[in-house]
Amino acid sequence: MENRTSEIALIHKAQAQNLKKEKTRQDFWVAVMWLFGLITVSILVLVVGYILLEGVKAINWEFLTTSPKGGLSGEGGISTTIGTTFYLVSLTLLVATPLGVGAAIFLIEYAGEQSLSSKFLRSLIGVANFAVETLAGIPSIIFGLFGYALFVSTLKLGFSLLSAALAGACLVLPTIIRTTEEALLTVPDDYRRGSLALGATKWQTLYKVVLPASTPGIITGIILSVGRVISETAIFYVTLGGSYRMPTSVLDGGRTLALHLYYLAMDTRAFDKAMGTGAVLVVMIILINLLIDLVSRKLTTGVRKVR
Amino acid sequence: MSARMIADKTVKYILFASAIISIIIVLAIGFFIFRESIEAWTELGVGEILFRTVWRPGQDQFGILAMIVGSVSVTFGAILLGVPLALGCAIFLAEIAPSAVQSVVRPAVQLLAGIPSVVYGLFGMVILVPLVRRINVPGNSGYGLLAASIVLAVMILPTIASVAEDAIRAVPENYRHGSLALGATKWQTITKVVLPAGKSGIIAGVILGVGRALGETMAMIMVIGNSVIVPKPLSGNPLTFFLSQARTLTGNIAVEINYATGVHESALFATGVVLFGLIMIVNASARSIIRGQKFIEKAN
Repeated sequence: MENRTSEIALIHKAQAQNLKKEKTRQDFWVAVMWLFGLITVSILVLVVGYILLEGVKAINWEFLTTSPKGGLSGEGGISTTIGTTFYLVSLTLLVATPLGVGAAIFLIEYAGEQSLSSKFLRSLIGVANFAVETLAGIPSIIFGLFGYALFVSTLKLGFSLLSAALAGACLVLPTIIRTTEEALLTVPDDYRRGSLALGATKWQTLYKVVLPASTPGIITGIILSVGRVISETAIFYVTLGGSYRMPTSVLDGGRTLALHLYYLAMDTRAFDKAMGTGAVLVVMIILINLLIDLVSRKLTTGVRKVR
Repeated sequence: MSARMIADKTVKYILFASAIISIIIVLAIGFFIFRESIEAWTELGVGEILFRTVWRPGQDQFGILAMIVGSVSVTFGAILLGVPLALGCAIFLAEIAPSAVQSVVRPAVQLLAGIPSVVYGLFGMVILVPLVRRINVPGNSGYGLLAASIVLAVMILPTIASVAEDAIRAVPENYRHGSLALGATKWQTITKVVLPAGKSGIIAGVILGVGRALGETMAMIMVIGNSVIVPKPLSGNPLTFFLSQARTLTGNIAVEINYATGVHESALFATGVVLFGLIMIVNASARSIIRGQKFIEKAN
């Protein structure tokens, strides 16, 4: 009897010790995970903070409103590169948005239709989904090479906004398709049935009911793509030429902000101006992220209202 | 047939055309890059391109082995540094952080993904390269694999962290309850139950990160030095391997394509073919793992 109780006491003691050990281990690793989270945020603060603080020194009204003059110290401002960036973003999205939204509508709204019972069409849709995934994984320099081979050389569009926009459209196409698909999937089927029951055709239903209901999602995709085109450099490095003059037609070459930063840092070593350009870029990206946050919040409240 | 019915049919065909445009683009990319590279493959031979380390366009020598080793080395370095941080971040976001902290860290990770690669490159040139240069080893210029790996680790962190977080969140809540009910601590539950259950998704995230790392171009050109050499240790210490300069496949294309002609240009497209092939293999394996995971989830 004495023996049993002392054995039990020993077991209790060992259990308590084990628990204590596991608790200490847990406390340690949870602290490490907090540290990892902290490091991630610190990296962001460090990179963004440094670029902004250093960049602000170079930024003034003149920097933003005069054009680059070239030269070894990277003289001049960045006005034409801001202009070219907006020009290129618009042109790229003008090409990519209708294609991407159209593709998404087909893949979500039509692909499951009874009338598409042909085996060939079904497998084609499978291949199309696979192609979108593939496109999303292709590195941008490959889009650049492709744009260079097809648009710049073969189609003789030269180093131009048009060549760059067409290559850039390939880059953002999967983004627009995927976000639009997600937006379409959030529209309740009741909407479609209600409209069809009123005698509307499928296209009338899509155009008047489904698309308006999924607008915030589609806009999110477009804003995401704007961000990607603004940040993209490799594609435009090999398709846009790099002239710092303001392009006057879509067949002129040009230089986006990101490309300008690259030339400043690598060719002219004008790091102060590069920092200024970087700060402008970072501010644009932060604004775009805030905007996406705002729109997607609107999207979720919209859906909640429906339910 | 009424006008609106005709419109309905026409629209359907237009939408169908835009749906298959992705197929056309992928095929066109493969076709054009391969077509432009044929000259190099036939004139120089596959072996001369893939297995030679000498790249001297002036003497018609176009071996890309040094660039393959460069790309693989910098990717390896980035994975070594980036994966622990990214996984830690994913576990933190999915299992540990209170929601108020999540709402700070998650946007931070998203913003890291959005920052342009040239900005990372600039940061690397101005901050990291001078820091690395302080390591006192003869021949250390600061530009090289170490600086490039650090930059790249930060750039692939968001990809890995977000895929891994999704994988961890996809583990059914019952698993956690079961483990906790058996008396396991929260940390035991995470390491012994949650992570093994989400393993394939986490691995897929890491592989996707490898794909991103292999494809990164501008930031690499800015900090890796771009010398066409097979990276090797600068002194007797094998760790000085990472102080060696290198050139990536992506950098090789971007640096030279604007002035290359003839066989030289074709050899750059051959570099593109190799890069394209590598990335297709990497991404396909990540996708098959993710698909397998979904299949298992469905089966359960």
